[in-house]
Amino acid sequence: MTPYRLSSGGLVDRSKPLSFSFDGKEMQGFEGDSLASALLANGRLLVGRSFKYHRRRGILTAGAAEPNALMTIGEGGRTEPNTRATVQELYQGLTAQSQNRWPSLDVDVGALNSLLSPFLGAGFYYKTFMWPAALWEKLYEPFIRRAAGLGRATYEADPDGYEKSWAHCDLLVVGAGATGLAAALAAGRAGARVIVADEQSQAGGGLLSETATIDGKAAHAFAAETLAELAALPNVTLLPRTTVFGWYDGNVFGAVERVQKHVGIPAAHLPVERLWRIVAKEALLATGAEERPLVFGGNDVPGVMMAGAMRTYLNRYGVAPGRQVAIFTTNDTGYALAADLEAAGIPAAVIIDSRSRPAPSGYNGRTRIISDAVVSDASGGKALSGITVRTRNGSETIKVDALAMSGGFNPVINLACHRGGKPQWSDEKATFLAPSGLKGLSLAGAAAGIDGLAACLEDGAAKGTALAESLGYGSTQPSFGAVTGEIAPAPAKPLWTIKGVRGKAFIDYQNDVHRKDLGLAVQEGYGHVELAKRYTTNGMATDQGKLSNVNAIALLAEARGVSPAEVGTTTFRPFYTPVSFGALTGTSHGHHFQPVRKSPLHNWAKKNGAVFVETGLWYRSSWFPRAGETGWRESVDREVKNARKNAGLCDVSMLGKIEITGADAAEFLNRVYSNAFLKLPVGKARYGLMLREDGHIYDDGTTSRLAEDRYFMTTTTAYAAGVMNHLEFCAQALWPDLDVRLASVTDQWAQMAIVGPKARAILERIVDADLSNEAFPFLGAAEISLFDGAVHGRLFRISFSGELAYELAVPAGYGESVADAIMEAGREDGIQPYGVEALAVLRIEKGHVTHNEINGTVVPGDLGFGRMVSSAKPDFIGKHMLAREGLNAPERPQLVGVVPLDPAKSFKTGSHILAKDAAATLENDQGYVTSSCYSPHIHSTIGLALVRRGSSRHGEEVMIWNGLRDEFTPGRLCDPVFFDPANEKLHV
Amino acid sequence: MASLVTCPHCGARPKEEFTVKGAALTRPAPDASQETWFDYVYLRDNPRGAYQEYWHHTSGCRRWLVVNRDTATHEIFETRDAARKVTA
Ligand SMILES: [Zn+2]
Repeated sequence: MTPYRLSSGGLVDRSKPLSFSFDGKEMQGFEGDSLASALLANGRLLVGRSFKYHRRRGILTAGAAEPNALMTIGEGGRTEPNTRATVQELYQGLTAQSQNRWPSLDVDVGALNSLLSPFLGAGFYYKTFMWPAALWEKLYEPFIRRAAGLGRATYEADPDGYEKSWAHCDLLVVGAGATGLAAALAAGRAGARVIVADEQSQAGGGLLSETATIDGKAAHAFAAETLAELAALPNVTLLPRTTVFGWYDGNVFGAVERVQKHVGIPAAHLPVERLWRIVAKEALLATGAEERPLVFGGNDVPGVMMAGAMRTYLNRYGVAPGRQVAIFTTNDTGYALAADLEAAGIPAAVIIDSRSRPAPSGYNGRTRIISDAVVSDASGGKALSGITVRTRNGSETIKVDALAMSGGFNPVINLACHRGGKPQWSDEKATFLAPSGLKGLSLAGAAAGIDGLAACLEDGAAKGTALAESLGYGSTQPSFGAVTGEIAPAPAKPLWTIKGVRGKAFIDYQNDVHRKDLGLAVQEGYGHVELAKRYTTNGMATDQGKLSNVNAIALLAEARGVSPAEVGTTTFRPFYTPVSFGALTGTSHGHHFQPVRKSPLHNWAKKNGAVFVETGLWYRSSWFPRAGETGWRESVDREVKNARKNAGLCDVSMLGKIEITGADAAEFLNRVYSNAFLKLPVGKARYGLMLREDGHIYDDGTTSRLAEDRYFMTTTTAYAAGVMNHLEFCAQALWPDLDVRLASVTDQWAQMAIVGPKARAILERIVDADLSNEAFPFLGAAEISLFDGAVHGRLFRISFSGELAYELAVPAGYGESVADAIMEAGREDGIQPYGVEALAVLRIEKGHVTHNEINGTVVPGDLGFGRMVSSAKPDFIGKHMLAREGLNAPERPQLVGVVPLDPAKSFKTGSHILAKDAAATLENDQGYVTSSCYSPHIHSTIGLALVRRGSSRHGEEVMIWNGLRDEFTPGRLCDPVFFDPANEKLHV
Repeated sequence: MASLVTCPHCGARPKEEFTVKGAALTRPAPDASQETWFDYVYLRDNPRGAYQEYWHHTSGCRRWLVVNRDTATHEIFETRDAARKVTA
């Protein structure tokens, strides 16, 4: 048996020993232990170092609010820093490491910070910014970063799985202590769909630490019986190990279930954590109350603990807190602890009661009581050695090795304040209560400021019944029999400022904020609660001030001479406790981070040796290297030349494709494009320009009329989804009277461009229709069949390359075999696949624009598309803003070509254009290169640029300036069409 | 993080399925004045309280909706299909 483990008692299973390690030292615990209880049982009091001063810290609480006992659990990819030992269940083989110490927990160099504490007081960080900047960067920041800190995250990948789920219920009960169990039972028996979420390893809350009995049964047995009944009800779902961390719009609650955080090697078929979003018609917070620390000197010495926590370690885990225990209390709960200690055979040495009143009626113990007294200081190094007790008559030093403290209780109202409601100060309870008038959420039991087990059971049952009734489930309120052996609590008398304190009296343990810091904040003008928080960092640690906020507010109030109600609280925000990134990420990581979109021609491209590039979600073929080629440029040059000389095949399946039908489809297109579409004949394709309502170009593409009432639109790859949303908006919200239907068919068609002088000859071998220039001229569009009617598809004579070119669409499933057939049919004519790099070269040579040029700031005139703005149409999207002065200014950037004067020199996309002899300044900037490439036909780099008055400056010498690389390339502006400006190749 | 929008066609759905466009304004008549058009394109009210917005059920039925919601409390008072005409 470990030194502080009692020989009997508690809910741990002494027949199931577990071994674990702390800082490499092997230790023993039992099933049912928390890591904290197991450490205490082993006599390990010092468990961490504080954030700023590196003070020795021990276990303070037995729950979620723990500020001190933060540890790194696990190894490798399962390493989890900043785990609270108080909520971590013990498992066989658990490894825990202390944090924020060097070289070791017991000997820590950083503790020297304590000697610097006069310089590290409140506002330290802000004041330090005033010091010379150079010193800050080189000296102070690295020092602070190394000295102050929490655990470190691992760089290894997390091997475990996470998932997300939705749940719906009539009533969500948060907390399965006495109140929550009573409420859940009432509503569950009535037939309501109930979800009960409890954050602890074992449901039951305070019942598990209680020695009072209910109807003659032990409190923990009552909890077990009630849970068994709830588990048997088909309409009740129990979520153990689940923290409800946030309350959101629509009465949706966020919760995280720790499915496998209590096992060493998680089962692969289950997640380690599950993120729940719970939609509740009503929610009841039975979240209990948090005990307040008392602010005396040395209140952080290991061995000082919350009284309720000490009672939990004693009654639930069978762990003695020490040999000589003192209890410092402002209320009656300290007496319950004294009675339990005495029953366990380790009677407390002394009770120090800040009130002057007799012991409560239910208390029959023999412990010495000093009333109307305070503990002003606790002393000790690695462990508590003594306390100074002050009364009106003087002071006394008492040797103790454990001190329990209780400054009263703060209802846990965090969730109730997540949607903007402000906590209300109660003078009667001397604490903050939840905002009133909340919709869909109510509080019961200790969370509502109600004291005592019997009253909580009663309140939970009453509220559960009432909520079930309000939801349409009639029932009778359950009753639970008499509660015996409880020390009936009297209201606490708050004790904020303790007189005669000598040592550092901590308010926020984790961030090392002590009482003088708050005084300093007020003195320096930062007394407002929001300012004081940031000035002192009180409440800003990972525990978010669960223990410290109310003390800080009350002390600020005393320093300012006002009521805590006037000071108010800072804002409560989710999350109640830290939530792992893993849980928030769910399954969206690694391979599943985002979907992968593969073209129906992906396998065809792969077979032909494509190098793929990710563009958005798509994998597109960039180029198709051949044996002997030494670099990507060599492959791309070959593909470009071959497409202009023989033929090329390019996968364009990722273009957005939209089917538009209906009697008013023509009118609809006429309104969404800036150019005319009403008279587009059946069997013809047309290039279209789509504007935003503010007159700027939104997207471009071609639309073909396949029948009187049926069109096929293509969009750019990047804007495929956006254009679909936009068209749906136009059809549904702007012009619902038009008879038009839209369907996205991007994934339904495999589409390929067959490009080059030999394209027709190749296609004629597989397409059944007459493809002669007379029968199927430029901009022809037709539904055709292939291979003597074996496959049906669509053929468009459109060209992005400037060559004789076609785009062939076939049902996606036929894509690969049709592409194979085209390659076969074109083998003798020298057809080669080409990728998006060559596609870009071909279009830049022809001065065709993409979203590089359609950059959201250009209007049609800027790109030379002025004639594509119909003046005859009464209305189209964007028409009414185009007349605005700024969109017609003569100095606007316009599309222009640019080449280097010396063909051996090159320049990069993004380079800026300066007048020939102008200095490289922002004021002299005249525009920039939007696209560039090496043209194997021009034999130099060529570029498209948006340059001020560009269209009237062809031939002008300029300077191309790359400010990032400090490169200057003399160049010349020119016609943006570099190749075949008369379009002779297009119409053959 | 989580809230629900009640689509008139699909029922209460997670807001992640929806895309918000902005104020649900009536598009002016083609012959409206430049000033009217300028207001429509550029000027927006920024009320604290009820506000009508266009929302798209992008990952659902793909209908555009008018959502009347409170900008301060996020409470949704009404959702309707954008094609449904209402008499002002
Ligand atoms: Zn919908």
